[in-house]
Amino acid sequence: MTQKPTGAVSAHNAKVMNRFDLTKRLVATLKHDEAVIGGIGNANFDLWATGQRPQNFYMLGSMGLTIPIAFGVAIAQPERHVVALEGDGSLLMQLGCLATVAMRAPKNLTMVVWDNGVYQITGSQPTPTAATADLVAVARGSGLANSNWAADEDDFDRLFAAALKSGGPNLIAARIDSKPAVGATDRDPVQIRERFMRGIGGKK
Amino acid sequence: MTDSKTRAAAAPQVSGHEKTSEKSWHEVVLERLKANDVKLIVYVPDRVFTPLIKAIHADPFFITFAATREEEAIGIVTGAWMGGMRGAVLMQTSGFATIPNALASLVVPSQIPALIFVSERGTLGEFNLGQAMVCKTMRPVLNALGVETHTITRQDELAFIIDRSIKQAVATLAPVTFILSPLLTGGKVFEQ
Repeated sequence: MTQKPTGAVSAHNAKVMNRFDLTKRLVATLKHDEAVIGGIGNANFDLWATGQRPQNFYMLGSMGLTIPIAFGVAIAQPERHVVALEGDGSLLMQLGCLATVAMRAPKNLTMVVWDNGVYQITGSQPTPTAATADLVAVARGSGLANSNWAADEDDFDRLFAAALKSGGPNLIAARIDSKPAVGATDRDPVQIRERFMRGIGGKK
Repeated sequence: MTDSKTRAAAAPQVSGHEKTSEKSWHEVVLERLKANDVKLIVYVPDRVFTPLIKAIHADPFFITFAATREEEAIGIVTGAWMGGMRGAVLMQTSGFATIPNALASLVVPSQIPALIFVSERGTLGEFNLGQAMVCKTMRPVLNALGVETHTITRQDELAFIIDRSIKQAVATLAPVTFILSPLLTGGKVFEQ
């Protein structure tokens, strides 16, 4: 009998929630100018729609690099907590980064995975998480012991607040619906980068 | 433009053809990274770069580790730059072939001074056809993206090129690629 890989809450019994709602809850929890890296597509569109904090970075291209970028910020600024918002399809493209993060074990990094089981922005083709893959199990197998499915909204709030307080790295996965993002990021990469750098003091 | 007086005045730290023959190429690279406060070195391993990687690991000035893919390394140094820390990535020619999307959709449009060191395989005695083919794609991609690129073949030009190019990358917010030729490093030799 093998142990259940993801504890009591699994990909199969976690509540299906809404990305914009969870993003709002997440942003409302931030009290210390934490940096937030929004992944390609709907992850950063919904982050944008919560209000443009200067400590937000919106990744317009480079699918899969949300967590590596967040990890880089976390290395450069060990005193600041950094949050990566990544989709299931994007994370599947760059699973190796979980192993790298686990090996380096940054205390100030939290990875949030929005899992709707589809490549939503390209026409909602199913991803392997809709059938067989469990990204929390993958994360744990990569060495990220603090990886959990959020059972519902309250559980998500609890897990995220705990992640900000306790030593990381933490990964929180949330099953989400396929509602479109409620906003669209202004596509100006230089302005996004400049604003973010000034927002986190990477540039004076 | 290359008259020795002008050059000496413009480059107080490193002269154009400095006598560095007593130092190995990897000692010069490490020195220039340090002198320019490039703290974070993320690499995907390469046989020819092994002495450089070892020396960087041995020097507490650096934060260094391997990434699982080259574009992951690009993402990490991009984040570090935005957070205020300079970073470089080390890879092999075949690894370069995996990063054009990260360059075209992140580094170049966001104006990130990523410092990219490539150990050149695929030429001057290559024994693997795949390496030879992938090598032919590297410079056309860099040219298409307009990325400043230097192929370094001579030890006496190494410090100058790296030193000046890091300063230019940071000042102009643009990436730079250093292709370290087998003429400089010795390359990987086919052993029968």
